Amino acid sequence: MKHTISVLVENQFGAFNRVATMFSGKGFNIHSISIGETETPEVSRMTIVTEGEDKIMEQVVKQLNRLIDTIKVVDLTGQTRVERELALITVFYQKGTRAELISICDIFRGNVVDINNKTITLEITGPPDKIDAVVNVLEPFGIKEMARSGTVALKRGEQLKLDKNLVTQQ
Amino acid sequence: MRTPKHMLSGADIFFECLRREKVEYIFGYPGGAVLKLYEKLYDVDHLKHILVRHEQGAAHMAEGYAKATGKVGVVLVTSGPGATNTVTGIADAYMDSVPIVVFTGQVATHLIGNDAFQEADIVGITRPITKHNFLVRDVKELATIIRKAFFIASTGRPGPVLVDLPKDVINSVCEFEYPEKVELRGYKPTFLGHQNQIKKAADIIKNAKRPLLYVGGGVLMSNGERELRLFAKESNIPVTMTLQGLGAFPGNDPQSLGMLGMHGTYYANQAVNNCDVLVSLGARFDDRVTGKVDSFATKAYKIHVDIDPTCIDKNVIVDLPIVGDVKHVLAELASEMNGQMDLEDWWAQINAWREECPLNYEKNDGKLRSEYIIERISEKTKGEAVVVSDVGQHQMWVAQYYKFNNPRSHLTSGGLGTMGFSLPASIGAAFGVKDRTVISISGDGGFQMNIQELITAAYNKLPIKFIIINNSFLGMVRQWQELFHAEKYSFTDLSASNPNFLKVGEAFGLKSFSTNNPAEVDDILDEALSYNDGPVLIEFKVVKEDMVFPIIPSGATIKEMMTKRLDPKEMV
Ligand SMILES: Cc1ncc(C[n+]2csc(CCOP(=O)(O)OP(=O)(O)O)c2C)c(N)n1
Repeated sequence: MKHTISVLVENQFGAFNRVATMFSGKGFNIHSISIGETETPEVSRMTIVTEGEDKIMEQVVKQLNRLIDTIKVVDLTGQTRVERELALITVFYQKGTRAELISICDIFRGNVVDINNKTITLEITGPPDKIDAVVNVLEPFGIKEMARSGTVALKRGEQLKLDKNLVTQQ
Repeated sequence: MRTPKHMLSGADIFFECLRREKVEYIFGYPGGAVLKLYEKLYDVDHLKHILVRHEQGAAHMAEGYAKATGKVGVVLVTSGPGATNTVTGIADAYMDSVPIVVFTGQVATHLIGNDAFQEADIVGITRPITKHNFLVRDVKELATIIRKAFFIASTGRPGPVLVDLPKDVINSVCEFEYPEKVELRGYKPTFLGHQNQIKKAADIIKNAKRPLLYVGGGVLMSNGERELRLFAKESNIPVTMTLQGLGAFPGNDPQSLGMLGMHGTYYANQAVNNCDVLVSLGARFDDRVTGKVDSFATKAYKIHVDIDPTCIDKNVIVDLPIVGDVKHVLAELASEMNGQMDLEDWWAQINAWREECPLNYEKNDGKLRSEYIIERISEKTKGEAVVVSDVGQHQMWVAQYYKFNNPRSHLTSGGLGTMGFSLPASIGAAFGVKDRTVISISGDGGFQMNIQELITAAYNKLPIKFIIINNSFLGMVRQWQELFHAEKYSFTDLSASNPNFLKVGEAFGLKSFSTNNPAEVDDILDEALSYNDGPVLIEFKVVKEDMVFPIIPSGATIKEMMTKRLDPKEMV
């Protein structure tokens, strides 16, 4: 089963490498890995999508925790969370298919970001399974190139309860 | 009190930090990138630098020092080849959780990545084999990083830490303030075990009919031998130890079943296989211990105490994990017990296994055997020596036949199985524990892997007893060739290519002995053990083709245990 693991790491030389080295050294799978700044400049957030049996996933989390540079490791799987991925997809078009491609792009709420006389480049954002769906639909047209950002994810903030409190206070 | 601020060079800061870490010895070798440090070293008198002959030797010496004393071992080498030569020692320390800090020189920061002379990405190379490593990029970070390095190496599950020191960092100057505290928010080892888990464990142990303590190196690392002895004695539970656990409980105590696993005793392995509660203490269910994992201690409720959460449920799924310092958990467990358990039937069964198949070897053909030599050494030193074995058959015989009385006495490369460990590690140990006899025991193969360090021992007049068990073979490999590889003795026969060890010893200035006569063993040992003006070398020429028994083949179960060489007549 796929797991999405969110890791806060010290924004320090080698921290990313250490995580990557650990994954390859232990033979764990990586589907995607993304890293970027957080609200605190000394801390980066890595979102790792990995796959394996529960026992392996437990090891992944423990091994991540064991690294000195990791501050917090949370397996978001099974938690309410927001997950997004960005994809840039360049597709071949013929005279008759250009409009169709643009309408597909609209359906998925994407943007056309580049076009020339042979290809059109679409920008799609959404949960990873939506990107998969877009790719499926576009494949018959002939995908020339694709770049996916990998998943970024955050746990959803506590809802309802908070709102109610706000309401009663007012 | 605040340390007054003043300007210091990187090199000065380096030695000031080592002074504050109470470093007594640096095992090192100079070179271009660390010249500035060696320039300062010339006038440093708060620590001693030991010049090695190969940087691998330095790393193993630091390990030997650390294992024997419990303190952090320190290495200083130059960039490039100096750094890469330490890699085997670092990997060894990582596998056996040995606290060492390795300082490597590095080319100046502006040259990093340029394939500069003697540049190697040692931080990249050692990332998977260090607990942590650092590249110091600014002299202002130096003191904090050194402080962190020692802290990380020596706490939690110990391990090696590498600090890479670019030449310009060492040369530049900054305002020095010693960090009294270091903040590592990503590193907080769990120290105290979970109370409820400990209570639950104690209840389960108290109700066991056939309990067994399975003791690993973690007990020694946490200095928990007293607590272990107390707990074992109070409860009357049998004790078996891993290779790294030997010494945690006295080997000649009737409650000890000796080592378990591949070359463990028949009775220890039977006990594991039949116990109803297995209490693992600072051990990691290594494959050399478990054999076939699915068949390991299948009847047992498994309790696992370890400071490293990644060890839990890694190889074997356990019923009750307790993450924490073994010493503490043991003390708490002991306080939960109410006196001796009634284990009469269990002990009767264990003693029956003991009689059925004790450790044994051929004693009556007048030939010199390794087991006999180890037994004699054990007797003569009353199990009190620090014995540093190498890797191979002799290592297993040391584990089986030397009856260790004390912790931090059995030093060996277990996890990585590094041939060439013993000779330099014994040197590190001899520096660390001046009041104890240090004996290095190697095979004729492994002895040649760091043979250059004999001069380090001789020059420093360390009274180490270097013992070579010379069977003219890479014995352990030969054994596997005989048992599992169609008796193709491919490149393991050294009889035509071994050097004259007696002359080697003499050339390095060691008092040297050689014999193949069992009748001479005692006299030679007596003379060697009473000589303390420098190292001695003893070559024991033993029978060539002996094998270590018992053996459970790799990945097999106790049912496949072989206890003696099959007699060809019986095989027909
Ligand atoms: C550095 C290294 N290379 C190779 C091996 C593989 N190996 C394991 S035991 C052994 C034979 C050791 O022979 P020797 O040192 O003579 O000791 P003996 O087994 O005869 O006691 C070898 C080659 C190893 N453990 N370490």
